Amino acid sequence: MADFDITSKERDGMGPHGTNVGLLRVLGPAHVWALGVGIVLVGEYMGWNFGVAKGGAYAALIACWFAGILYTCVAMIDSEVTSTVAAAGGQYTQAKHIIGPLMAFNVGLYLVFAYTMLEAGNAWTVGYLVQTVAGMAGHSGLSDKPFIVLSILFLAWLNYRGVLATLTFNLVITAVAFISIVILFAMTVGNHGEFSLQHADLMSGQAALPYGWLGVLAAMHFGLWYYLGIEGTTQAAEEVRSPARALPFGTLAGIMTLIIAATLTWWVCVGLMPWEYLGISGVPLFDAARMSGSQFLVVLLGIGTLFATLASANGCINDASRAWFAMGRDRYLPGWFGAVHPTYRTPYRSIIFLVPIACLFATQLPLDQLVTFSILSGLLEYTFMPLNMILFRRKWPLDTIKRGYEHPFHPLPALVLLALCAVTFFAVFLGYGTQLVAMIVFYIVVSLWFHFWRYRFVNRGAQFTMPWPRPKGY
Amino acid sequence: MAKYTAPIQSKASQFIDVIVILVLTIVTLYLPSWLKLAGSSVVHKTVDNPTWDSLGQNATMVAKWNQLGYADAASAADTITARFDYSFTAINLIAMIVVIVGYYVIILRYSETEYRDVIAEKFDGKEK
Repeated sequence: MADFDITSKERDGMGPHGTNVGLLRVLGPAHVWALGVGIVLVGEYMGWNFGVAKGGAYAALIACWFAGILYTCVAMIDSEVTSTVAAAGGQYTQAKHIIGPLMAFNVGLYLVFAYTMLEAGNAWTVGYLVQTVAGMAGHSGLSDKPFIVLSILFLAWLNYRGVLATLTFNLVITAVAFISIVILFAMTVGNHGEFSLQHADLMSGQAALPYGWLGVLAAMHFGLWYYLGIEGTTQAAEEVRSPARALPFGTLAGIMTLIIAATLTWWVCVGLMPWEYLGISGVPLFDAARMSGSQFLVVLLGIGTLFATLASANGCINDASRAWFAMGRDRYLPGWFGAVHPTYRTPYRSIIFLVPIACLFATQLPLDQLVTFSILSGLLEYTFMPLNMILFRRKWPLDTIKRGYEHPFHPLPALVLLALCAVTFFAVFLGYGTQLVAMIVFYIVVSLWFHFWRYRFVNRGAQFTMPWPRPKGY
Repeated sequence: MAKYTAPIQSKASQFIDVIVILVLTIVTLYLPSWLKLAGSSVVHKTVDNPTWDSLGQNATMVAKWNQLGYADAASAADTITARFDYSFTAINLIAMIVVIVGYYVIILRYSETEYRDVIAEKFDGKEK
């Protein structure tokens, strides 16, 4: 067995270039939990409800729970690999060491496009919210486009300057958004006359399962939106005090929190709105507040929506630009992107490059398509994970390198995850088949471009930075 | 074979690569959606002179539509009658499976070739 121990207190992980200097291990399970919930909570404020349009209210709830199983498998698998590949870059670095450069290039792109499309979706929601509030104030017809562009530019500028919202600031924003959901739930249960929750009447007859069980399958597409990004918790592996404990515990606690928040959100929204309207709503929780008859809740959920989307967009710009920057630094993309700003110490070229892409998509495409692009990139990444796990165990069996965490029942979680990913691909195919094909064609074309052109600019052995023994079979 | 030393890419070549990435993103992701070739397959059932009854709405649903600002059935008809078209042919399904599986096969195969070079240079100090 290799003598490198990821749980060592003397040696705190590997730097990105194979140095022995790593980041400080200061984070505990609560930080991991907060990081995950903070990234993902916006999924309760917008996007999840498109699952209602695809299968009805019950279908969206069943999809939410099955997606919870999918993400539990993701957390189990990712915790083992990340607690061993505890270096900056997350799944991108894992792919480089376990499968190969082309897979890593694709995983890097999955991260960039999942986050950039989520950022575009967040900006779209900000514009729509402003437009809706203006309409309520008697200024209907206000264009949402300037607000979309302004929010992207403002957050990109913050990232460019390095004036990032700190974890504490993001925690406060996330806490407000989470508490808003709990208050909405608490204030809408019970008898409030015409503003009461009316589940029995709103879900009677064909409204229960309008597409039958096929709709339940189809709703799995947007079921992922409740949790998309939770796997980002493992990005903190290099800074966690005890990866073996904190990563699986914090991530699984985050998933459980999100299942509870999602169920509360679902319960309130389907009790206040007909499913046909809920399925197309741009801001379902804000609409639910409007339907509650409480002005206080309208203001609270408006602020909650704004906070959740801005915090998420800020994190998305940060994460997407760093993934793009990392690929530039490794020469997977032009080295020009690997530059750091001399004053602000930020990957400013990567930040700027992604701004027009986010603006173009946010201003020109509807929210359901933005969300679908983000989900598809996430789905491709989740399909990579079981392949990665199986190859990891095959190339470095348990007795060759010490893991920070060994997930139980291997290969069952990997096979369940693979099966659920296959189901979700079929769910996207139902109703969004052309978009699915467009996205896969994009990844095939850029993969060929990388293999036959771009890879010549990449040094070979320098990509492998882990202090591991030679993989079995090579 | 000696250790592989990657060539230095010129600024002009880097610029062309940046343009290629942008064009690929716009042509394969943005244009199909913008031209309505991609996106949701929603269809609307036409209902002449719609009433709340003919749209299958009960009293509670009608009250909620009214609260949402839909004063009559005609204004809500488009939203209520919108349905996804989930019909597909076996050829469509097989084509989708081939595209997805083919994509992963391409990636895993080319990655394997590249990976063997990486491992050889890392552990042998030379490429095979």
